[in-house]
Amino acid sequence: MAFAIDMDACIGCGLCENVCLAKAINYADKVKATEVRIGSMILAPGTKAYDPSELDYLGYGRYPNVVTADGFERILSAGGPYFGHVMRPLDRQEPRSIAWLQCVGSRDTNRCGNGYCSSVCCMYATKEAMIAKEHIHGDLDCAIFNMDMRTFGKDYEKYFLRARDKEGVRFVKARVHTVTENPETGDLIVRYASDSGEMKEETFSMVVLSVGLTIPDTAIELARRLDIDLDKYHFSKSDPFAPVETSRKGIYTCGVFQGPKDIPGSVTEASAAACLAGSELSGSRGKDIEVIELPEQMDVEGQEPRIGVFVCNCGINIGGIVDVPAVQKYAATLPNVVFADSNLFTCSQDTQEKIKEKIIEHKLNRVIVASCSPKTHEAMFMETLEACGLNRYLFEMANIRNQNSWIHSKSPELATRKAKDLVRMAVGRAATLYPMQEKRIPVNHRAMVIGGGIAGMNAALNLGKQNFEVVLIEKESELGGFARKLHHTIEGGDIQEYIRKLSAEVKAHDKVEILLDTEVAGFGGYKGNFKTDVAVGKDREPRKIEHGVIVVATGANEYKPEEFAYGQSDRILTQVELGDLLEEKGTADLETVVMIQCVGSRNEKMQECSRICCQNAVKNALVIKKQNPETQVFILYRDIRTYGLMEDYYKEARDLGVIFMRFESEDPPEVKVEGDNIIVTTTDHVLQRKVEIQADLLTLSAGMRPSDTAKLSSIMKLNANQEGYFIEAHVKLRPVDMPGEGIFLCGTAHGPKLISETISQAQAAASRAVTFLARPEIKLSAITAKVDTQHCVKCLTCLRTCPYNVPAFNTEKKVIEIDEAMCHGCGACAGACPRQAIQLGFYNDEQIICKIDALLAGGM
Amino acid sequence: MRLDYPSNIKIIRVPCTGKVDVMYLLRAIQKGADGVYAVGCLEGSCHYNEGNFRARERIEHVNTLLDEIGIPGERVRMYNLSSGEGPTFAAYAKEMTEHIRKLGPNPLKNK
Repeated sequence: MAFAIDMDACIGCGLCENVCLAKAINYADKVKATEVRIGSMILAPGTKAYDPSELDYLGYGRYPNVVTADGFERILSAGGPYFGHVMRPLDRQEPRSIAWLQCVGSRDTNRCGNGYCSSVCCMYATKEAMIAKEHIHGDLDCAIFNMDMRTFGKDYEKYFLRARDKEGVRFVKARVHTVTENPETGDLIVRYASDSGEMKEETFSMVVLSVGLTIPDTAIELARRLDIDLDKYHFSKSDPFAPVETSRKGIYTCGVFQGPKDIPGSVTEASAAACLAGSELSGSRGKDIEVIELPEQMDVEGQEPRIGVFVCNCGINIGGIVDVPAVQKYAATLPNVVFADSNLFTCSQDTQEKIKEKIIEHKLNRVIVASCSPKTHEAMFMETLEACGLNRYLFEMANIRNQNSWIHSKSPELATRKAKDLVRMAVGRAATLYPMQEKRIPVNHRAMVIGGGIAGMNAALNLGKQNFEVVLIEKESELGGFARKLHHTIEGGDIQEYIRKLSAEVKAHDKVEILLDTEVAGFGGYKGNFKTDVAVGKDREPRKIEHGVIVVATGANEYKPEEFAYGQSDRILTQVELGDLLEEKGTADLETVVMIQCVGSRNEKMQECSRICCQNAVKNALVIKKQNPETQVFILYRDIRTYGLMEDYYKEARDLGVIFMRFESEDPPEVKVEGDNIIVTTTDHVLQRKVEIQADLLTLSAGMRPSDTAKLSSIMKLNANQEGYFIEAHVKLRPVDMPGEGIFLCGTAHGPKLISETISQAQAAASRAVTFLARPEIKLSAITAKVDTQHCVKCLTCLRTCPYNVPAFNTEKKVIEIDEAMCHGCGACAGACPRQAIQLGFYNDEQIICKIDALLAGGM
Repeated sequence: MRLDYPSNIKIIRVPCTGKVDVMYLLRAIQKGADGVYAVGCLEGSCHYNEGNFRARERIEHVNTLLDEIGIPGERVRMYNLSSGEGPTFAAYAKEMTEHIRKLGPNPLKNK
């Protein structure tokens, strides 16, 4: 951690330097220019929320009860201005109704010039509405005024449906005209044009502006200095097939600077950028690592506990409130304590040396530091123990700062008493600690990639470029996956050309072995040491592959519609089939084309949005209109979800005369085949009446379906959601990791996505896999569950309890075994075992009970 | 955030509330604690999937055990919050303290 003084906010008194007891502030420090030689660079300058002050029709800055969404986020926050109570700024009253106005600073070329969709506002507005309802226990009316609800991400549609159907959030299709204030009540009157074009008014206690994402001026200046090309909205210019590369070789980017996106996308891109930046540097991997030589561990077996207690003043953080000398004196009187000391800063470098000396001098075999949270400092103190030969698990902390002096600063006496209690508890537990060894397991440096589509090929290629051996298995006899059926991206990128180049590069890479017509037949092992059985080639020749990591990239396909008379006429196609037709024959003979959106998506059978179909329809509509402007194109839709920079293409389609007609999910279009004609009937949302369109081509925007992976997931025990897409370990924090360690996920097997998104996700998966493969060995935590087989009655409670299916019954030895390489150390099995035959290291029953007993021995 | 909460609360660290054994809760009451509570992740977002549900079940079990022997089971409680909710933690600490104060001292104390 490093801290710096914000010189813009500093008044220049210099007092901090004088009061800092650790003498850690150099007030006179100056900005220094340093030259650093680098091999690659990643730009992640982030985003700035759009400032709506310039949009006077919304009244932001003029009416106190109009706030921005990030302002409202603070109002909801427990650490915010109202401590999480939802109040409106004007009179600190709980609002009865709140309106969210979408697309403020986005999808607006007239007022602010930001033509793009910010991609995140629909979701955060929905979230804010739900949390506001949760915080205000009574009735709160939440209305989200939108043009289209764009909840296109994985599982986002379910969230939207929950908000609408369960929590009662209203979603109003509208274009907002003005917001005005009732000066007497502070309420706000929202005037808007409804879906049918009618002007309406509604009054709300508060208005939240769902402001979009913009690129800050500092990032634009940075790009200028680095000579990076930006697009007209100041996002970094990129190629759909090289999403995280900038216009300058060796410089990569991620996050909103690459294009508007949410946190999972940003985190994924961050790993992708790290992958590319790292592959150029893979030759120098591990060069600057210093190896610390540790002395041999002292044997404390059979010794009486000799506990040393180091009480910390933490400057005045503890010492200013707690009577530290009294605590030190008290500690010295406790059983098994042979040494007690106090320090100004126990975490400082010189104190570590002192602790080491005292351990040797007093032959300490248990060490307690009474200071702050183990979250921040435990690992460091454990290293101090190891540096003088004491096992790291002979250490205990008493948190007398975060859990004591900071919160009881108004009652120093109580704080001192509590500090003594906490130290006594630590001493009680310390006596029960015993050395534990962290098992080291080797890592097999080969990777396996399942699936040879765009995702799998990119993952394999990047792992190869990072200098790791890869086995790429593909069930078909050709590489390319679903993308073999696609022609162009919406930007005009040639997909076939890209696959040709990519597969040639993968085939030519000497680190990548490709197995075609190959499927997984068996699977075993654990992180770093997997063993997979595959059936290779037409003859299903069995082969065993040993590897350290797996990347799952099994892909998805286009849904085959069962609705809208699909199959009854060769004039009814899916978007992918239309793509073929446009590529082969063009549009010369077409007079009227109708497209229906959300076919096989956003319905009862498949709740999720398929993410890619809106842009697919717009893409094909543009091709038709550009080839033949006379052709009429109708797109019947529910919400147009051309998120991010694709909004420009939606606008272009409207400008070229493509007619977009909205329908409600309860009132879908009807299709009749009459000879060569297709009759499509739909309700026009402006006219509010049925209209009939005679089409000579009907295109169904069929959604996506994951490849059939039921067999694979049962063999490998991979979890999928109800739609069949594999589940990541954490949506935001670990978006390309799977819950099992050493297993990574990318491409449409994770959820529907664009090719550019697939590429960055595959690079991210490769990058995450490299963090694993680059280690010579894995050190396992010693905090794992162990079975006392003598005591165990094999009731199998642990098998049912473990959230990760780790305990197993060994049928040969007739015992329960818990593999420490797979144990996550949660202790659920230990808590559930009716015979206490399972103990979790560092948290065993004796260690916890001693703590309880020591606490209550003080007679609280 | 350094939010104030009563100093009679002492925290015992466990990796997950799923590790909290019925035995620990009973031991604390037996040795004279006036109240015991477990603080776990929000339901549905347990770091280890479902440990907090197990803790809740065990606590409900302890509640009935204590009631049976004539000690108010409500001396033992379960709270859920996310790690980002300092103020809620402090609020629960206060709420628990007040709740226990109303119940008075543990009858097993000093026995």
